[in-house]
Amino acid sequence: MNKHEQDLQEVVDQAIAEQKVPHVKFKKIDPESVDIARLTSPSKETRQEHWGKGLTSLAIAVIGILIVAIIGFVGVRGLATFVDDKVNIFHFLLTSNWNPSAGKDHVGAAAMIVTSFAVTLLAALVATPFAIAIALFMTEYKSGKQAQFLQSVMELLVGIPSVVYGFLGLTVIVTVIRTIFGGTGFGILAATLILFVMVLPTITSLTVDAFKAVPQDLRKSSAALGATRWQTIYHVVLRAARPRILTAIIFGMARAFGEALAVQMVIGNAVLMPYNLVSPSATLTSQLTSQMGNTVMGTLPNNALWSLALLLLIMSLAFNFLVRLIGKRGS
Amino acid sequence: MKNIMEVKNVKLRYGDFEALHGINLAFPEQKLTALIGPSGCGKSTLLRCLNRMNDDIADIKITGDILLAGEDIYRPHLDLVELRKSVGMVFQQPMPFPFSVFDNVAYGLKVAGIKDKELIQQRVEESLKQAAIWQETKDSLDRNALAFSGGQQQRICIARALAVRPAVVLLDEPTSALDPISSSEIEETLMTLKTKYTFIMVTHNLQQASRVSDQVAFLMNGNLIESGTTEEMFLAPKKEITSNYLNGRFG
Repeated sequence: MNKHEQDLQEVVDQAIAEQKVPHVKFKKIDPESVDIARLTSPSKETRQEHWGKGLTSLAIAVIGILIVAIIGFVGVRGLATFVDDKVNIFHFLLTSNWNPSAGKDHVGAAAMIVTSFAVTLLAALVATPFAIAIALFMTEYKSGKQAQFLQSVMELLVGIPSVVYGFLGLTVIVTVIRTIFGGTGFGILAATLILFVMVLPTITSLTVDAFKAVPQDLRKSSAALGATRWQTIYHVVLRAARPRILTAIIFGMARAFGEALAVQMVIGNAVLMPYNLVSPSATLTSQLTSQMGNTVMGTLPNNALWSLALLLLIMSLAFNFLVRLIGKRGS
Repeated sequence: MKNIMEVKNVKLRYGDFEALHGINLAFPEQKLTALIGPSGCGKSTLLRCLNRMNDDIADIKITGDILLAGEDIYRPHLDLVELRKSVGMVFQQPMPFPFSVFDNVAYGLKVAGIKDKELIQQRVEESLKQAAIWQETKDSLDRNALAFSGGQQQRICIARALAVRPAVVLLDEPTSALDPISSSEIEETLMTLKTKYTFIMVTHNLQQASRVSDQVAFLMNGNLIESGTTEEMFLAPKKEITSNYLNGRFG
């Protein structure tokens, strides 16, 4: 026991000796046993606190390093095309001549960018009305067993691996499109239809959350003013849920934009500017999946693929940013 | 004194649980009736029967008659939309719709299919004036109603209920979520409005009931224990239990 603790012990002992409030039952906590050394050193709980904090910080540090490493690697590799191989960045973004093995004037990703955005927007456009309808059915009209059944169907759709979707698309959708429109059947339309099924559960479940977050009292207030159920949904529920529905759509779009395998199987994989919905084309992701085994690390064709990856990464950041922006404006 | 609404032997059960055991009560026109009683006594349930807000609850069974101007509101083929235009409601939590003040107040008219812009404009202004919120909102009718304070929101909700010119307005603890100043402002508004409308108010605040109501009905465990004019009830209640409750011995 050091000097400071001895002083403290004396003060405490004196206070106990002098305490004059009879109804405070000091006896109960046994004043003789006040142990200054124990009170001034960290308790077991304090050490647990430090441990817990340390462990979580460590985990966060590891993940942080990982994220920085991934972004850093993709960034360095992706920028090499422009820094080392001297490809003009506007040329990369705005022209559609893609044949990187032929030299730096043949690195134009515009066709893939356009196709990626086209399939994403179209899939979201087709899926959103269905998602809203299903979500309304589940939250506003039926809430018991039928809603749960639909919920499990949606979860099932999420669980199907994308290669199965791709296979289905290749066998069924591409064939049907070929029969109806002629040509090969590969293209944006086939990819849109596949992605529609793949993003539907994402948009639906987030839209269900959006409707569930609308206070029940708003619906009651509307009903109490003589509104029918549909008027309530149309004027109040959809209005109140709008920011969250937009968020749901953007999450769906992010999924569609990033989907590689299923799209690669039905898009046709010809890096050409699509001139209609049934002409073979390629998206950023499909080009990456189909070409990554065919290039040598450090060469221009390889670097060009990394640039596509970097573009995907930036887009995913942009989607996240949009979600944040809408969330902020909504609240 | 004419009774605009009458409740005759109303029993209500949720599944096996009977929540109201035969209530008989009349609501005089252009008066404010306060429904009081301890939590769970059935006063809010009774209130929600009056504009059929209980209809959506599963397994609910309501027997007896509830008459509005002599007509049973639980008769078959009744137009719920019409009923709710005649019997408006203001809830405990201020719940304006997430759009402009104007659209909030005009909502009831719009869903009723009224397209006449002049009439809507006139009604919105009148209703906001009646709810004593016109001064604060007249220059910002386009502002989102959620941007106003809680007390202002509640008065916008009152204006919204008044816009369809209901015969009766139901108030479900309209001030319990508000601060004392906003509460007393709402009370003042009600005092002026009760010369034009009939109010039926559920409240936990006995002082509030004594200040604003003309008639008080005391409910307990699903029974109507006693009802009468506010003076009678507070000064000379007929039953011991009423007196105990009003004097704060329980509840």
